[in-house]
Formats: sequence, C-alpha cells, structure tokens
Amino acid sequence: MKSKTLQIAGLLFTAAMTLSVMAKAQGTIKVGVLHSLSGTMAISETTLKDTVLMMIDEQNKKGGLLGKKLEAVVVDPASNWPLFAEKAHELLEKDKVAVVFGCWTSVSRKSVLPVFEKDDGLLFYPVQYEGEESSRNVIYTGAAPNQQAIPAVEYLMNEVGVKRWVLEGTDYVYPRTTNKILEAFLLSKGVKPANISINYTPFGFSDWQARVAAIKKFGSQGLKTAVVSTINGDANVPFYKELGNQNISAEDIPVVAFSVGEEELSGLDTKPLVGHLAAWNYFESINTPVNRAFIARWHAYIKNPKRTTNDPMEAHYIGFNLWVKAVKKAGTTDVDKVIAALPGLETPNLTGGIAKVLPNHHITKPVYIGEVRADGQFDVVWKTPGTVPGEAWSKYLSADKNLVADWVTLKCGNYNMATKKCSGQNYQ
Amino acid sequence: MKKFVLRVDLRWLIALLLVAGRCVGPSFAQSSSDAKFLEALGELRTATYAQKGTIVEQLAQSTHPNVRAVLTALLEDRLYVRNDDQKVFLVKSAAAGDTTALDLIDPLSLKSAGSVPIDGLTKIGTNNHLRRVLETTLARFGLSSPDPSVRLEAARQMERSLDEANVGLLRERQAVETNPKVKKEIATGLALAALNGSEPKALLGAISTLRGSLDPNARNRLEGLLEKNPDGSFVESDLQVRQAAADAVKTIDRWHGFYAGIETLLFGLSQGSVLVLIAIGLAITFGVMGVINMAHGELMMLGAYTTYVVQVAMPHHVEVSILAAVPAAFLVAGLSGVVIERTVIRELYGRPLETLLATFGLSLILQQLVRSIFTALNRSVVTPAWMSGTLEVNDALAITYNRLYIMIFTIIVFGTLLAVLKFTRPGLEIRAVAQNRAMARAIGIRSEWVDAMTFGLGAGIAGMAGVALSQLTNVGPNLGQSYIIDSFLVVVFGGVGNLWGTLIAGMLMGIVDELLEPYAGAVLAKIFVLVALILFIQRRPRGLFPQAGRAAESQ
Repeated sequence: MKSKTLQIAGLLFTAAMTLSVMAKAQGTIKVGVLHSLSGTMAISETTLKDTVLMMIDEQNKKGGLLGKKLEAVVVDPASNWPLFAEKAHELLEKDKVAVVFGCWTSVSRKSVLPVFEKDDGLLFYPVQYEGEESSRNVIYTGAAPNQQAIPAVEYLMNEVGVKRWVLEGTDYVYPRTTNKILEAFLLSKGVKPANISINYTPFGFSDWQARVAAIKKFGSQGLKTAVVSTINGDANVPFYKELGNQNISAEDIPVVAFSVGEEELSGLDTKPLVGHLAAWNYFESINTPVNRAFIARWHAYIKNPKRTTNDPMEAHYIGFNLWVKAVKKAGTTDVDKVIAALPGLETPNLTGGIAKVLPNHHITKPVYIGEVRADGQFDVVWKTPGTVPGEAWSKYLSADKNLVADWVTLKCGNYNMATKKCSGQNYQ
Repeated sequence: MKKFVLRVDLRWLIALLLVAGRCVGPSFAQSSSDAKFLEALGELRTATYAQKGTIVEQLAQSTHPNVRAVLTALLEDRLYVRNDDQKVFLVKSAAAGDTTALDLIDPLSLKSAGSVPIDGLTKIGTNNHLRRVLETTLARFGLSSPDPSVRLEAARQMERSLDEANVGLLRERQAVETNPKVKKEIATGLALAALNGSEPKALLGAISTLRGSLDPNARNRLEGLLEKNPDGSFVESDLQVRQAAADAVKTIDRWHGFYAGIETLLFGLSQGSVLVLIAIGLAITFGVMGVINMAHGELMMLGAYTTYVVQVAMPHHVEVSILAAVPAAFLVAGLSGVVIERTVIRELYGRPLETLLATFGLSLILQQLVRSIFTALNRSVVTPAWMSGTLEVNDALAITYNRLYIMIFTIIVFGTLLAVLKFTRPGLEIRAVAQNRAMARAIGIRSEWVDAMTFGLGAGIAGMAGVALSQLTNVGPNLGQSYIIDSFLVVVFGGVGNLWGTLIAGMLMGIVDELLEPYAGAVLAKIFVLVALILFIQRRPRGLFPQAGRAAESQ
C-alpha cells in the first residue's frame, strides 16, 4: 500500500517536472556549449564556456533574441575526444539546440564533425586550427594557418633573421598538419632540410629535460634558431618551466607559440619567459575602447579582476555576435536559413577592425605577434596592415593548390578548380 | 607631414632651451652633455625598436655618468614616460606589492621625483633585439665590476658582438684580470676575434687557444675555417691553419661526445629517480602486502595538492614551503591510506580482482573530490628560487637544479625506507607479517594494526612523491592517472616485494627511455620500453629480482 502511494506521488512529481520544463522551453532558444571542463584541456576551455555564458547573459539583458530568451545547455566532454561526439549528439538530438559553441583541439572538432553534418547542426569553432577543412555546418572563427602560422614564421624569417627551425608539437592532427604546411613553406623559401627539426610529444607530456637540451644543442650551431611551438594544453607549463630552468632566453632561441595565450601564462612564473613570442589575432593588451569595455564586462561577469582575456574568447565574442546577426537576418533559428544568412555578415572585432564571414565559412582577422612581458601580458611587436581573409586550403601543399571552399556559389567545401569536381562534404 | 616634423623640432628646441636654462651648473660642458643625454632619452619615446637600438648605441658612446643607470632601467622595464609632460623617468622596482603608483627617479640627478599613479605613465618597451643590444652594451660596464661572476657574464655577453670597441675593452681587461675563469673567457673571446684576421701566425695562436674550449661558438667558428667557396677553393688558403682547425674541431667534438654521453646518463638517472619515487610507495603496498592499489596515483595527487595548500597557507615563505610540504604530504596521504585500508581494503584481502575494482573506484572518487574542492583547473605550484636554474658544470654539461634535488630526494627517501624496514621494530613487524602472517600472529604481532600501518606507509611515500611531481608537472586531478601505469611497470619489472629491484628497475627504465628518445621520439620510445618489458616478463614472470624461498613460492 505504502509503496503504491509512493509510486503515484513519484509519477505526479515527474509529470509536474516535465510540464514545468516544457513550459520553460517554449519561450527559449537553446544554445549548446561544448567545452571540456575537466581533463588536460580544461586549462584552456573552461574560460570559453564562461565567455559564451556571459554573451548569453548580456543578450538576455538586451531582451533576448526574436522575442525569446536564450538558454545555455552546458555539457562537459572532459577532454575525451570520443565523448565530444556523444555530447554533440546529445545536444543536437536530445536538447535540440539552435547552435553550438565549442571544441578547442582539432581532434575534438574532427570527432564532432560527422555528428554536426548528419544532424544538420551549426558549430562555431573558436580556435586557431590547421585548415584543410571547410564544412557547411561549421563557422571557423579562429585563425586558419595563413592567419597565424605563416605570418608568424614570416616575421621570424624577415624581421628576426631566423635560419634554423625547430617545429615542436603535441602529437595530434593540428600540429602535424600545421607543421606539414610550415615545412612546405620553409622549403619553398629555400631553407635546407637539415635546418628544420620536427618533433612530437604526447598530450600532457612533462619530461621535457632531454627535448629542451636537444633544442639548445640544435640552436648552438651558429645560425639563428627559433622554435615554432604547436604544443597544446597543459604540457606547455612544464615545457616553459624547463626552458626557464635551462636558461634558454628569448634573445638566444625565441619560441613562438600558437596555442599559448594570456590564460595559459596566468598559471606560470613569466619572468624567465620574457621575450618569447605568441602569434594571435587578439591580445588583451591591445588598447582599443571596445576591448577595454569587453575586459571590464568580463571582469564584472566573472567577479574576478585578475582573470585574463584571450584570442579564442574574442573568437567566441565575434562568433556569438555573428550568429545573433544571422538569426535576426533570417528571422528564425532554423539552421539551414542561418547558415545561408551567415556569409557576408560583418561584426566589429575587439581590436578595432571588422570580422566578415567569407563564403568558405572562415572570417577575416588581423594578425598580431606579441612578446611575453614580465606581467604575463603581451607587447605587440608586429601586426598585419589590415585584416587577412582565412583560407581553408593551403597554397603551400601541392595536393591542395587547386582546392577552394565556397558555400555560396559552389556549395562545396572541397572544390577542385582544375578538375571542376567537388569531393568530400557536398550538400547540394 | 613636413610641417609636423618641423613643429616637433621646434618643440624640441624649446624643451632643450628650457633644460639647458635650468641646468646652468658648474660647467657648460656638463650641461651640454646633460642636454644631449635628455634629448636621446626623449627620442626613445616615439622611436621604433630599430631606432631605439641606434639611440642606445649613441648613449653608450656618450660619457654621461647616468648612461648605465638609464640603460639598466630600460632593460628591466623601468623606464617610463610621464603622460602629463612627456618627460622620461626611471622608476623604482615595481615588484613591491603596491601596483597602483610608481616612484619616479629623475634621470639626471638620480634622486626621487615623487610618485605617479600607473595610469599616468607609459612604459618604454623593449623587444628581443633591443634587449640583446642593451645586454651587450651594459656588459662593457660589467667588465670592471669587482664581482668576478659579473665580469664573467660580461665577457660572455661581449663575445657575442666582437666589434673593435669590445675587443679593445677585452684586451685592456685581460692585462689586469686576475680571476682565472674570467681570464680564460676573455682569452676565448679574443681568440674568436682573432679568427677574423688573415695572418696565419695569429690564426694558429687563436686556434690553439680555442682547442680546449667547449663554447659552441668556438666550434662553429673553427668549422667556418674549413668551409669551401662556391668555386671549390677553401675559404682559408693556408693549409697549416686548416689542419690545425680540423684537428681542433676533432678534439672539441670528442669532448662534446663525451659530455653528451654523461648528460644522457644524468637525464636517464633523473627520469629514473622520478620513476623510483613514484614506485616505492607501490612497492610497499603491492610488493609487500600484495594489494593492487589502483588509487596509488591519486595518493600522489593528494601529496601534490598538499604542496599547493601549504604554499598558499604560507605565501611569504615560498622558499621553505616545499620543505614543509614533505612531512605534510606524508601525513595527509598516509592518513588517507590508513582510512582506505581500514574501510575498504581490509574487507578484501585475498580477493585481488575485487581489490582492483574497489581501489579503481576509490581513485575516481578521490579525483572528483579534488575537482569539487579545487576545480578541474590545474593549480600552479611556485618553484622556489633555490630549485630553479641550472647547475652548469661547463659549456657542454648542465643539469637543472629541480632534477638534481629530486634525485637526492629519491635517494634519501629510499635510504630512509630501507633503514626503517631493516632496523626498527615496526619495520621488523612489517617484514614478519609479509613473510608469514600466521606465524607473526602466533608470536603476538597485531597483524591488522601492522597492515594498516604498512598501507599508510606506502601511501605516505606516494604523497611525498607527489611533492616532487608538483615541481615537474601540472598539479591537477589527472596527475595520478598519468603515473599509475609507470609505477606498476617499475614494481613488476623489478620483482614484486623487492625494494632494491624497484630502484634498479626504475633507473634502468629511465636510462633506456632517455637513450631511445632522441632517435625514436617520446611516443615510440615509450612503446619500445613497454614491448621490451612485456617480452622480459614473458621470460621471467617474477621480475628482475624474484623473491626466493617457500613463502614467496606459495604466494
């Protein structure tokens, strides 16, 4: 008897819950947030989750979107690449989100890509990546290689006079592809193969003593040497510690990093790192009114004036604003209509320029090279005159020379101009 | 544009007149040099990095007494422009707690000139190139310092740009230098400069000086003598010089090879000592007690987090906090170990599969616990100054202090543990229970109490390993997972129940790993070690040093 009463009560409770959830869901637009909140990538990705939440909060204070409130659905894929796909599936199928902001590593993006294409979702990917990809369902708000890696290497080559190159990376798709492009680029500029050293280490690697000693040796052969680092995640902390310990100063062997920003440096003693470089499309230290306002809003939202801002945060800022604009233009959150509305849209970035969505689903970005300061911020030492349009396919790889991505006229992410054929992702 | 330039110039002129007017002092010469000095400083405000380099060179040529102070300030990011009147000031070191205002120092009098809020100042920035220029420039001042280590560093810096001025200064110093180390460095520098000449006799002299030098620069320059022109003729025409250079390069290479071997060995030992450190605790719990403790890594993680907490608790004593963390981590991890033993493992003796699953579950619980308390983000443990930097034996051989201390720490922990097991009453009881539980109980040893203490001891040592790991890797919830496999490997390889086996196995694995890594890369080297271990265990399932005797056989 007693158990029956309990059962009924339980049923009633469940029904009430479902009703209330449904009532709440009717007036909201769901926004998925797919960032690792634990594991090796948490150091970088947690901030991005907070950024999206802040943007949603601000949008709701402005009255929401299309008369509805935005509602964040946060999931934790825990730096576990297959789990990214599962969580993406959950967001798209179960929660029916209108858009997802997420992923950091390329391996996580590659893992969710088939899910987004099958379920026709929309992903804003905020991190610099290796290119060689253009999906109808992804807007790449981070830098393609021609917006980060190539300009950085050109800077070292022309302004610093570097002749020998160490390409040091974590062992996965982004560093391997980027280094392939960089190697082709360096060889095309007449660098001898003997003057290029490429090495990979696993995620979360911490025993850097031998590698750093090898770099030191490689750099003492009389020619100016630089390290191009695509080391990702928390392996950077012991790497930079070891550089500092082995007295490799930036004046001798500068290290230019593509995945180390203000956030990653905030956990480090930066004094031994002064002068090492990073290439990004945004630095917190860039002094524009819109950036100052953004930093102030971020500090107010996160309730901690010491938290830094960084490049992928700016990418989410741009991506979120672009999505809002596209939804307003399309008048609906329907993914197909929003994707059609996106190319050509413009929104101001945080450094005083304009970010424009290109037909290949990349955006225009300025490139900055910064040197680490003693306080963990960067001094901009070089920048491109204007913004650079992102290229999905690298012109330095012979296999990709003829490939273009165009989702407006060609409706193809992988179109061969020579054979006039579209291969790979094709959604006619 | 032109008009703008003119206006700037006029403003300059007025500023100069004002300065000159104010500085009518003891002599006209002094005031004119002051004016020039201030003018150069003023130019720094708007110059590009390349222009700043030229200005620094100019300043160095001038004889103004404050040049050194100003350039040092520029190098240390202590040269600022006051926004109100665009005047250049030095500031006192900004490191002191208060970051809202900076104390200004007048560049002429070097006296305090009040303090200004940081918003009212603009820093004069430097880049890598400019810092290099500043360092070599300032080295010239350092060459006459009373401190020999400063002189040594100065001589090294000057070697990097051996222009006529620097060579002249080095030569002057050589005549009066008394410290043998500095003298040798200067001789190397002068010999390097002499290689630029063409006089065979001078060249031969320089080569014989450089023969014994391990400075990579020396080897590169000597090799340069052996290069050929595009048309096939040698860059250096004198055969005797070439032979001497080739001979010297060979000697240097031999020494470099020798030291590279020692270095690999040291790296291997240092990695090995980390392996030993993470495995000793397990050698006790797994080896002596036979408990498969999957939460061993998490006990290390607890130790690492204890280090963090101790450091946060004593923010003004970073230098000693790490020493205080060692006993703290031992207690925290050890007590956790005792609790785990009393609550979980006690129920599961003799059921290895259940123990494995239960401790695996425990490891997840512990991970989530620190995630809930400290968030999933890594915590940064500051390395104290005495543990940073490198012990440089010579130009070819160096080892970082943190690795060196961890090696010493491992030896101390290992030695202490051996002594405890061998010479103390609890150690005797632990050995007795491990060898024959029934007999030990029969002679009045409380075996349950000994079990708890043994497990606590193993856990406590894991905690101390965590203190060491906090200096090498990231302190985060996943710290344990990345080391648990290695620690089991070491114990199994060394022979279960044998502490010396653990020591030798750990060191061997470290050395083999470091030997392979340069050729195979970090990932493949690990795979090779793993495959080799599997093959070894196939042949000798009881490890390097199996326990002998009937008790061991029956286990």
